[in-house]
Amino acid sequence: MDAPMIGIHGLHKYFGESHVLRGIDLSVAQSEVVVVIGASGSGKSTLLRCVNRLEDFQEGRVEVNGRRVRDDERRINALRSHVGMVFQHFNLFPHMTVLGNVTEGPTQVRGLGRDEARDIARRYLDKVGMGDFENAYPATLSGGQKQRVAIARALAMEPDVMLFDEPTSALDPELVGGVLAVMRGLAEDGMTMLVVTHEMGFASEVADTVAFMDQGVILESGPPATIFNDPQQARTREFLGQVLTPGGCT
Amino acid sequence: MYYDASALIKYFPYFLPAAWMTIKISVLGILLGLGLGLTAAFARISRRTVLNAPARAYVYVIRGTPLLLQLLFIYYGMRSVAGLDAVPSAVLALGVHNGAYIGEVFRGAIQSIAPGQMEAARSLGMSHCRAMFRIILPQALKRAVPPLGNQFIIALKDSSLASAITINELLLKAQQLASSNFMMMEMLTVAAFFYLFYTGVFTWLFARVEARLAVSART
Repeated sequence: MDAPMIGIHGLHKYFGESHVLRGIDLSVAQSEVVVVIGASGSGKSTLLRCVNRLEDFQEGRVEVNGRRVRDDERRINALRSHVGMVFQHFNLFPHMTVLGNVTEGPTQVRGLGRDEARDIARRYLDKVGMGDFENAYPATLSGGQKQRVAIARALAMEPDVMLFDEPTSALDPELVGGVLAVMRGLAEDGMTMLVVTHEMGFASEVADTVAFMDQGVILESGPPATIFNDPQQARTREFLGQVLTPGGCT
Repeated sequence: MYYDASALIKYFPYFLPAAWMTIKISVLGILLGLGLGLTAAFARISRRTVLNAPARAYVYVIRGTPLLLQLLFIYYGMRSVAGLDAVPSAVLALGVHNGAYIGEVFRGAIQSIAPGQMEAARSLGMSHCRAMFRIILPQALKRAVPPLGNQFIIALKDSSLASAITINELLLKAQQLASSNFMMMEMLTVAAFFYLFYTGVFTWLFARVEARLAVSART
């Protein structure tokens, strides 16, 4: 098999004294969807943020499509332009319209002309079902709409991989479905995705691989059927018992 | 007490050159203060000590001493060192003074923007600098408008202290006229009228700027 799109080897990360990632090895192949699950504080968001170096790390190696994630400012900017990121709290630019948000990366980073950037932006806004809102400001949108615009903003960079950091955790329950549907569509189109989520339904249906994280390590990973139906680790069984039992979800 | 209202109109024209002087040193001082303030704000949020330490010292010294002292210090200092006149000294002093406060206004506004904004911009591949100018500053400037309006009005009124270094502005004019016509209350009233007129114009201008910037904040 070819080199993975995302390769993480022996990753260690400290926040001051606290050792939050303790030797992570994970790889995501081209067009693979890897979903990372685990309790709050297990380090899954930190792991994701190390992939585009929004978080610094102390030991180990991270590669995206053959490019090593390093300190160097200019290279990190180039690398990030190939790695789409979707945040829990959307982080849309409030002073720009929906179209402005989505054309910002193409014009400012990819150096495209305005018309070309708009064509690309409209294509991805249509893809996420937000084509009718291009002149709206983010403050006028619902959470689900904001998140779909944020996904379009990341896609307009035409990235090699997409990172999703709990993309539905800040949404009202009735808005989660629309965002998950967009993500499912992306997966079907063959986008390489690394997703941190608490949506176990999405993980079991869309993921190729589910990785369970606990206290800074990946305790076990495998196809969703194995992880959800036949987990090997007691800690995984305990976690799944909590989140899958009706009413037990926190 | 006798108060001659007709003197208000009679002496009004005598104040016009002083009114011009007041607005001139105020506006020039504010413009200089904006430049210094923006520079100080960027220096203070920088992680590099060579930048943030001098900015800290600047803000500490200027906020920690009276404007009147700064005016006298710069006036006498610049006169002996550079042969600078009273008017440029007044502009320099007002600029340096307001720059420290405006710097803190900008710094607060920049730091009040959620860290997620910078992260989102950086995750698109923007450099720190580009993200600052495209994403952070436009939002920060909007938040800085109300405190800036405040500071501009303070600067306008503080320009009256320049009377202490022989600047022929509104307050000094009022005192000079009163010393010859003995109508202190009337002369102060005329000066007050001009200050109120200017602050009224500033208030109106800032309200317009705020209204224009509010477009994207509609909810």
